[in-house]
Amino acid sequence: MAQAHANPNDYYVPHGSIWPTVATVSIFCMMLGFSSFLIGKSFGPYLGAAGFCLFVFMLFGWFGSVIRESEAGLYNDKVDISFRMGMTWFIFSEVMFFAAFFGALFYARIYSVPWIGGEGNGAVTNQFLWPGFSAVWPLQQLPDSFAFTQFKETIGAWGVPAYNTAILLTSGFTVTMAHWALKSNNRKALIGWLAATVALGIFFLYLQAQEYGHAFHELDLTMNSGIYGATFFMLTGFHGFHVTMGTIMLAVILARSIKGHFTPKHHFAFEGVAWYWHFVDVVWLGLFIFVYWI
Amino acid sequence: MSDTHIATDHHDHHDEPARGFMRWLTTTNHKDIGTLYLLFALVMFFVGGAMALVIRLELFQPGLQFVNPQFFNSMTTVHALVMIFGGVMPAWVGFANWMIPMMIGAPDMALPRLNNWSFWILPFAFTLLITTFFLPGGAPAGGWTLYPPLVLQTGDALPFAIFAVHFLGASSIAGAINVVATVFNMRAPGMTLMKLPLFVWTWIITAFLLIATMPVLAGAVTMLLTDKFFGTSFFAAAGGGDPVMFQHIFWFFGHPEVYILILPAFGVVSAIIPTFARKPLFGYSSMVYASASIAFLSFIVWAHHMFTVGMPLAGELFFMYTTIMIAVPTGVKIFNWVATMWQGSMTFETPMLFAIAFLVLFTIGGFSGLMLGVTPVDFQYHDTYFVVAHFHYVLVTGAVFSIMAGAYFWLPKWTGHMYDEKLGKLHFWVSVISVNVLFFPQHFLGLAGMPRRIPDYSVQFADWNMVSSIGGFVFGFSQLLFVVVVIKCIRGGVKATDRVWEGAHGLEWTVASPAPYHTFNTPPAPAAIEGGMR
Repeated sequence: MAQAHANPNDYYVPHGSIWPTVATVSIFCMMLGFSSFLIGKSFGPYLGAAGFCLFVFMLFGWFGSVIRESEAGLYNDKVDISFRMGMTWFIFSEVMFFAAFFGALFYARIYSVPWIGGEGNGAVTNQFLWPGFSAVWPLQQLPDSFAFTQFKETIGAWGVPAYNTAILLTSGFTVTMAHWALKSNNRKALIGWLAATVALGIFFLYLQAQEYGHAFHELDLTMNSGIYGATFFMLTGFHGFHVTMGTIMLAVILARSIKGHFTPKHHFAFEGVAWYWHFVDVVWLGLFIFVYWI
Repeated sequence: MSDTHIATDHHDHHDEPARGFMRWLTTTNHKDIGTLYLLFALVMFFVGGAMALVIRLELFQPGLQFVNPQFFNSMTTVHALVMIFGGVMPAWVGFANWMIPMMIGAPDMALPRLNNWSFWILPFAFTLLITTFFLPGGAPAGGWTLYPPLVLQTGDALPFAIFAVHFLGASSIAGAINVVATVFNMRAPGMTLMKLPLFVWTWIITAFLLIATMPVLAGAVTMLLTDKFFGTSFFAAAGGGDPVMFQHIFWFFGHPEVYILILPAFGVVSAIIPTFARKPLFGYSSMVYASASIAFLSFIVWAHHMFTVGMPLAGELFFMYTTIMIAVPTGVKIFNWVATMWQGSMTFETPMLFAIAFLVLFTIGGFSGLMLGVTPVDFQYHDTYFVVAHFHYVLVTGAVFSIMAGAYFWLPKWTGHMYDEKLGKLHFWVSVISVNVLFFPQHFLGLAGMPRRIPDYSVQFADWNMVSSIGGFVFGFSQLLFVVVVIKCIRGGVKATDRVWEGAHGLEWTVASPAPYHTFNTPPAPAAIEGGMR
């Protein structure tokens, strides 16, 4: 294994691997299972659950191999750069995924809702298709309140969402402190700050779940509440899913830190997760401003 | 399989591959994966082609003869999805896998396991899509653009089709990330950016387009799914949404997508024309900048697909002007290729014939695109066969012809044998004549008012439809010649030299033919790197 260090130009090309195929099969089963569930087949959830278990198994297998290779010193600086580029552009693709949903929110708020309310060329639309509808955001009064349920009120920015903003911003700070600790080889501080970050992530998710319960049960705010509910739950739900992924990734990094992985110079996995966490953080700021606040 | 056995010798991977199916299932070798991609694309080309022939069979005469309208609409929808996501895109990723590491002097792609994953998603994703034919309600029939509210009337097929699109998108993003990491990290010393072969340049730009737009498509189809099954109202005006919003989001992906399909074609043609004109490419750097400009413009032209949906006038004007602007960098490329041939010492082997046909016929497709880009004119052409003729000129005689050109060009490098030049030329001439018989009359049909995506038509369209169908069947079956050429070439033939073509330049021609299983484990000498400008 020392050979990998012997020639820094020798790029590590792994042996054949079964894990990508396992990943594909597991995702295929999840998709097939979920689709079957949606069209009312009773075997759907079981197939999906089996796919999910296989997926988790795959994560251990695939990432396990990568971690073992990394700890064995097979990855030189060039391999490290490939991973960095891969993670960077993966995060960019996620940004564009969110952009689609933010685009839907902006389009609805700036164009489609005012047009239904009679703005621009929409006067006739308003008068004949949706008489009596006036465009006010958040869209409490719907164009057709029989097709969709109206909600009582929205979730204000300065309650739980503000706490959650503070939590995520703090977690961005703690993960950075963990990184500093890793770089100065202070393992205790590394583990402490990382554990704090994971805890903050879990706390965020807890508050978010509470807020969803409040919205469902007391405010009648659901995905069926017209375009406000649709954009609200799509954006916050997709973000919450990403926080969940990020928290799991942080937990893995924490476990690896406790096991003694990473060196002050060589710790791509830590940085990749930290980048991902900052990305989730920044997306939340967009949500806080455009979904909750203004 | 053995990736957990890290204790084994680091240099094991220099060995020749294992045998049997597991080799292909577990491979991390860029040449193996390139071969898989190319073979998959070839198979899907015939699957999609068969669907096209069902369409042309039904349209041979007016009236309903062979299939019911619902199935006809499924054919147009799935034909498009198969050809775009199963034919052309995998073919380009196959070329990228085979050629980019060899062109830049790298030992493999940057992320080999990810590379394996991006390929093996494809057969599974298409299984999801194709099985929808056997579900109640049939395969999706609302057109490949999946516009709501029509697509929400799809039967049980809808979630399967949507997840197939998600899966294909994941494959494309993974493949694109791999290309970006490979080109920016794995170039041999001395291979500066402005020395890269244009195929690498056009692919890197394509990769950025993929990473930026495939997630947007995923977002759009996710909203379709929640609108159908979870009560959201993104695309329903009754809840404050708007069906046109889907079109905006879809085409924000969709327009860059068409450049994803054609930019690598520009790269292939930029490799072939200088080789057979025996001159360096004219205007290398302007080619790079033109490709980048086209990619940038592709993000701000999307609504030209939607001129008739009732956008505000300012929108119509903005998207018309930006659309017409694309003609400038595209014109730069066309003139550069022509100038490359000017006073060249030209020969006309099969790759060159396909490349020249590309040049002429893609230009025709570009011109009809200009016509469609003019808003008031588009009001007449929108959703007619004129549009069908336009995008088949750019996609079949553009993208597919350059795939053929590239395949003939590099087959000797891949297999170590020269292909049968006589058969190749026969394939070319039959294809180029029949494809024009197939698609040129569709311009007339569209201008006369024949709508697209319709199984029956008024009798005044009968003659040109019959001509078009005859061309379609000749074109479709003549592609079997290509299969014969490929099989013959794999099995034997005149031994190819390393350089293969007299006028060929670039690192891929410095390695043996067939290319060894591993190339450039040690980077080439900087002196061996000539660069695109030479």
